[in-house]
Amino acid sequence: MVSIEVKNAYVDFPIFDAKTRSLKKRMLGKVGGHIGMDSKVPVIEALHNINLSLSEGDRVGLVGHNGAGKSTLLRLLSGIYEPTRGTAKIRGRVAPVFDLGVGMDNETSGYENIMVRGLYLGMTRKQMEKRVDDIADFTELGDYLQMPLRTYSTGMRVRLALGVVTSIDPEILLLDEGIGAVDAAFLKKARSRLVDLVNRSGLLVFASHQDGLLMDLCKSAVWMDGGQVKQQGSVREVLTEYKGVDPFEKRAARRGMKKGPGGKGKGGPGAGGPGGKGGPGGRKGAGAGGPGTGGQGGGGAGRTGPGQEKAAGGGKPGGGNSDGTTQPNADSKSTANGGDTNSAAASNATTGNPASASNPAAGGGQ
Amino acid sequence: MTHPAAVDTNTSRTFKRAFGDLSAGLRSRQLWSHLGWQDIRQRYRRSALGPLWITLSMGITAIGLGMLYSQLFNAPISAYVPYITTGFLVWNFIMSSLNEGSKTFIRNAGLVKHLPAPLTVYALRTTWRLSIIFLHNLAVYVIVIAVFFTSLNQPYKLISHEAAMEHPGLSWTSLLAIPGLALLLINGVWVALLFGIISTRFRDVPQFIDSISSLLFFMTPIVWSVDTLIARFGEDAGTGPRTLIYQLNPMYHFLQTVRAPLIGGEQSWTHWYIALAVTVIGWCLTLVVLRNYRARVSYWV
Repeated sequence: MVSIEVKNAYVDFPIFDAKTRSLKKRMLGKVGGHIGMDSKVPVIEALHNINLSLSEGDRVGLVGHNGAGKSTLLRLLSGIYEPTRGTAKIRGRVAPVFDLGVGMDNETSGYENIMVRGLYLGMTRKQMEKRVDDIADFTELGDYLQMPLRTYSTGMRVRLALGVVTSIDPEILLLDEGIGAVDAAFLKKARSRLVDLVNRSGLLVFASHQDGLLMDLCKSAVWMDGGQVKQQGSVREVLTEYKGVDPFEKRAARRGMKKGPGGKGKGGPGAGGPGGKGGPGGRKGAGAGGPGTGGQGGGGAGRTGPGQEKAAGGGKPGGGNSDGTTQPNADSKSTANGGDTNSAAASNATTGNPASASNPAAGGGQ
Repeated sequence: MTHPAAVDTNTSRTFKRAFGDLSAGLRSRQLWSHLGWQDIRQRYRRSALGPLWITLSMGITAIGLGMLYSQLFNAPISAYVPYITTGFLVWNFIMSSLNEGSKTFIRNAGLVKHLPAPLTVYALRTTWRLSIIFLHNLAVYVIVIAVFFTSLNQPYKLISHEAAMEHPGLSWTSLLAIPGLALLLINGVWVALLFGIISTRFRDVPQFIDSISSLLFFMTPIVWSVDTLIARFGEDAGTGPRTLIYQLNPMYHFLQTVRAPLIGGEQSWTHWYIALAVTVIGWCLTLVVLRNYRARVSYWV
């Protein structure tokens, strides 16, 4: 049974500056007084009282600001850092993909590096040779595998790393941000492979700043803040709390906008903005055009157009939100300023859709 | 990296985990042997002769020093060149085990922080690399022995002096060099682990070792020989207080377990006893340090 059980775990880093890191100080401290004894080594508490329980089939996203402890947590989960206090029980074969540069030999071929990455992950050369064709297939690197690694782009390196790590049937897969460097088509492919892998008998923990990736890959999420777990829950809950905006709404909006131009276009004048907002309606079936959302409500219709699941034109008063419940803030924001929502959606777009550009036309044109 | 079935940090500081690290490290043979080779390949990348440079530089030094000092010490070239070549060969391994061993984890900081691999893998990487270098250097030994075989094949004196001791010459006992080498390798691993761990915490240790390495080279009978001492101070130099200068040096005993058989020199079990004692004590110390600080290395690097 694959599982990770972390209880009251702390990771404290001692910071030895140039002085305390030498024997000299220590010895002199003992001989000549208490220089070395009094000045304790400063400690950075990188992780504080972590409690996590992950089991087979879990796909967990890690979110949090820079320095919040995501990478440290991943290393705790991989067993690289054993907690200074508390416990971390890890059951299963761990395969981490943290830094794509570490341990890679730039001068040797991609093929050789597949072997090496496999060795790092506890495989033998023989085992890796059986997998090379599969990896070459999956990564679409083909003959490029004969080329030295230094000729590879970042995306190609990510492909290689993901190819190896998904081919060896690891039980615990830990991914740090960085795998977002591949193109959308490959990501889709990688996603299904990763999900398959986790479903077979595994567990995935993935740190990222890209909402789209997190929503695609993960079922639940953990929000790290200042070395502590701030929130744990479904990806949607956590991301909503973390960002202050429901990311699913944005995503739906994006879809909506895409469809927008072809939609019914009942929108009133100046309804470009609401285009962003109506999306959720399209997805969830909650009407976007509530009276509370003002005159642009009509714009929402742009995306209640074809292709939306259960689009309902009705709309609740004041509750254009997809859930029709929480986040009045998010709601008012998106309604008050359509441009805002648009830009957010656009920047978030993994598909690089042109919708954000076409949207105003969709709304305003009709 | 393949992990043992369960990692429970409650049992983090146990001998079980320390032994687990060792055995898991030994089992990752393909990994450390690859890494060891990679180190060599990277060092000599794009050079026309490649790792052959290891052999060449060793050959140039040994023959140059051999010519010079055989004159200074009034020693026959046929005995002295093999002596200094072999001494140099073994010394290189011993000293770089200390030098590079102490930097093992510092050099592998990136990997230590990115892979949940046993620490032993990195120690073995270092020792394996040094072994490859040793094997390259061994070619010089083979050539030198081939050249001077006729004079080493019979009893000979290392220096031309009537009081100098007589060495028995090459014989089947020369095969004792093989267990001697094995013992050196076994010691190389603990040295890398122990000094590696200490050095990640106290960064002055590798600097200190660097700074005394040339002194140690001249203090150990490599360029000079015990025979010179005896010739200079008479027989009592082989037994009296003057002998302390080399008797107290554990490196000398390791050197002798390999060098004496290789050149058909006078062998003594004393060297073996001391070398074995050092091995046992060293490994015990290492196991204790490994138990207590194994999990701290990733925090310190």
